[in-house]
Amino acid sequence: MGRKLLLEHAHVPGINTYEVYRKHGGYRSVEKALKSMTPDEVVEEVKKSGLRGRGGAGFPTGMKWSFLAKPEGVPRYLVCNADESEPGTFKDRYLMEKIPHLLIEGMITSSYALGANTSYIYIRGEYSWIVFILEKAIKEAYAAGWLGKNIMGSGFDFDLYVNPGAGAYICGEETALIESLEGKRGNPRIKPPFPAVKGLWQCPTVVNNVETIAAVVPIVNDGGEEYAKIGIGKSTGTKLISASGNINKPGVYEIELGVSVEDFIYSDEWCGGIKNGKRIKACVPGGSSVPILPHFLITKTAAGENRLMTYESLADGGFATGSMLGSGGFIVYDEDQCIVRNTFNFSRFYHHESCGQCSPCREGTGWMEKVLWRMENGQGKMSDIDLLADIAKKIEGNTICPLGDAAAWPVSAAIRHFREEFEWHVNEPKACMERNYGLVKEPVAAGV
Amino acid sequence: MAKVTIDGFETEVPDGTTILNAARQIGGDIVPPAMCYYSTLKGSGGKCRTCLVKVTKGSEKDPRPMPKLVASCQTTVMDGMEVANITSEEVTKARAGVVEFLLLNHPLDCPICDQAGECSLQDLAFEHGAAGTRYEFDRRTFEKIDIGPYIKLHMTRCILCYRCVFVANQLTDQRVHGIIGRGDHAEISTYIEKAIENDFSGNVIDVCPVGALTDRTFRFKSRVWFLNPMDAHRDCPTCSGKAVVWMYGKEIYRVTARKDQNGEVHDFICNTCRFHTKSPDQWTIEGARQIDRHSVISQGHYSENAQTVR
Ligand SMILES: Cc1cc2nc3c(=O)[nH]c(=O)nc-3n(C[C@H](O)[C@H](O)[C@H](O)COP(=O)(O)O)c2cc1C
Ligand code: SF4
Ligand code: SF4
Ligand code: FES
Repeated sequence: MGRKLLLEHAHVPGINTYEVYRKHGGYRSVEKALKSMTPDEVVEEVKKSGLRGRGGAGFPTGMKWSFLAKPEGVPRYLVCNADESEPGTFKDRYLMEKIPHLLIEGMITSSYALGANTSYIYIRGEYSWIVFILEKAIKEAYAAGWLGKNIMGSGFDFDLYVNPGAGAYICGEETALIESLEGKRGNPRIKPPFPAVKGLWQCPTVVNNVETIAAVVPIVNDGGEEYAKIGIGKSTGTKLISASGNINKPGVYEIELGVSVEDFIYSDEWCGGIKNGKRIKACVPGGSSVPILPHFLITKTAAGENRLMTYESLADGGFATGSMLGSGGFIVYDEDQCIVRNTFNFSRFYHHESCGQCSPCREGTGWMEKVLWRMENGQGKMSDIDLLADIAKKIEGNTICPLGDAAAWPVSAAIRHFREEFEWHVNEPKACMERNYGLVKEPVAAGV
Repeated sequence: MAKVTIDGFETEVPDGTTILNAARQIGGDIVPPAMCYYSTLKGSGGKCRTCLVKVTKGSEKDPRPMPKLVASCQTTVMDGMEVANITSEEVTKARAGVVEFLLLNHPLDCPICDQAGECSLQDLAFEHGAAGTRYEFDRRTFEKIDIGPYIKLHMTRCILCYRCVFVANQLTDQRVHGIIGRGDHAEISTYIEKAIENDFSGNVIDVCPVGALTDRTFRFKSRVWFLNPMDAHRDCPTCSGKAVVWMYGKEIYRVTARKDQNGEVHDFICNTCRFHTKSPDQWTIEGARQIDRHSVISQGHYSENAQTVR
């Protein structure tokens, strides 16, 4: 059994209430930080822990915190990114629903470290019921003296607000989120300046994912070094994985980074193997925007090494034969699933969610969706395959924010690894309308 | 001051200058096309991506090249920076891609569009685009909208450069116009189609790079290249009163602000000058306006035939 730092008490009845949470050691990190540590010492522990951003990019959190500008007399802000809209990712939702106080505790401790006296949790509009869960928890925390003026006599004042978005994936991008929080249209800003210098209301701001902020709690409680003992190399600590697709046990799992992908998929502790005894065809290991992996590159890297659930191992081989840990949205496809349909589905999402500011993403996402629709519906042409790859290439790297890349990568990767399946769709227009292209006609590597 | 080399041409510019403005200082073919940046509108730029360039050397201090192409209108120069624009195949390919994207949903109705002849998209497509399209689907269309008595919005032609939004934000008292919707269904809107009614609203027509915003008092009256652009001024209590009047014989067909060689307006004019001052005796005509741009409008070479010389 792996250690659990975030979800240890997730199944305790009533853990969503203040009393039960406190009884299980809740708010210890606030006590410890405010009573016995300076803000810089907290930042130092986070640096030592090796914690990396859990929102997708995996940027070292301690380093991000130390970049925060600290001009005299200007307020600083911490904003929690709870916009979680990446298809395949639903871990933040689980955490906030089950143990809302863990996020609130993390927000207090982290804000103390950053010197922020006001912070916001920006939550996606579709999580409307979680807004009430968080607000209730915040009320309890105020009543117990963990929020408000002069917390525990330390002289630290801190107010926390929940702000629901209107339901747009793009508002998860940190600068679009800030715009939206300011009450404007959620268009990503052009960087630089970065939020660490000019963020919310033009003040220095740190934006962190829900899970990142929650992880600060065990880091402060047990020390950064203790946290860094878990995991392998630069992938330290535990990670929440949202497992979905054709597996026996979909759900949210907290794993120690470094578990092998094979164990994660087949062990009963986690996904419990492929449903109905089928074979695995493909896997998207980190949310819809990361490259898809074909069956022979999931549990082993191209070099034949065991693939592990770490930032480095999942990225081994670059985009040619690897992928990314991303936000931990782990989607498994069995032998009956159609990659063209899946790619179409992702493309439709990115087309719908593009903010429309920059031309490659605004026009390219819609174009890719239309070409993929035609292909999936038996009207594709052989030249469409290269056309799709070319559109993706012209979007990638040429846009304001990474949504353009996120839209391009799944298409490029699907063509890279499943080209023959795209060709089959063109050659068998009738068949592709009637059934999916599975593994049926394809030789499967032994042992998979 | 910073020394920067663009496509082999060296220039020196004050710190904080963008690559685009440094290139404009050098001039000629190496100036990247800019469809959204507008020097007199704060915050504009970064969106269209036609101005992408390759930074092959970051600076004297840190000579590493930048990994991705950068928007030259947003990226400031560093001392010793080297930039490749038309000498980089990566740039010209990416730019051709951007042009294709911009034209993807564009109606290509130039034969009936008032902007033809002075349209930045026409110029861009002519210089950097392909002859055909690879797009085989229905194009996105919108209904035409009258924004008040003077301005017509053809959303179908819009390239979402946001310039008109910046005009509404920065030039007019109160913004009654912005962008609604997302992605390729985003549209310019005056929310509930409220008419833009303030003294400077007409400037959105001049900043619009395409024919999405046109002058209702001039629509379908003439092709611009049949007209004679003359610098003219008048005493105006509201604006500088410096304008260009577009004449056909003794008649003024339309009035616009003056654009510089980059197609940008520095002295915005008021609606009275633009829409209500169309009799030649209301203006002091200075002389023929030299249009530097490569568009069809400069083909008349009126300046050479002009009676009065500046
Ligand atoms: C289109 C787009 C959507 C994003 N959505 C989210 C999101 O829903 N949640 C999140 O935490 N980060 C999201 N991110 C990443 C954020 O921009 C940012 O990197 C992150 O919140 C930083 O937090 P971290 O360092 O704790 O990971 C998104 C990025 C992009 C480009
Ligand atoms: S890449 Fe897409 S989502 Fe990001 S700013 Fe550009 S149009 Fe908007
Ligand atoms: S209407 Fe014209 S100025 Fe306004 S965004 Fe569209 S193209 Fe730009
Ligand atoms: S002019 Fe630079 S991005 Fe449009």
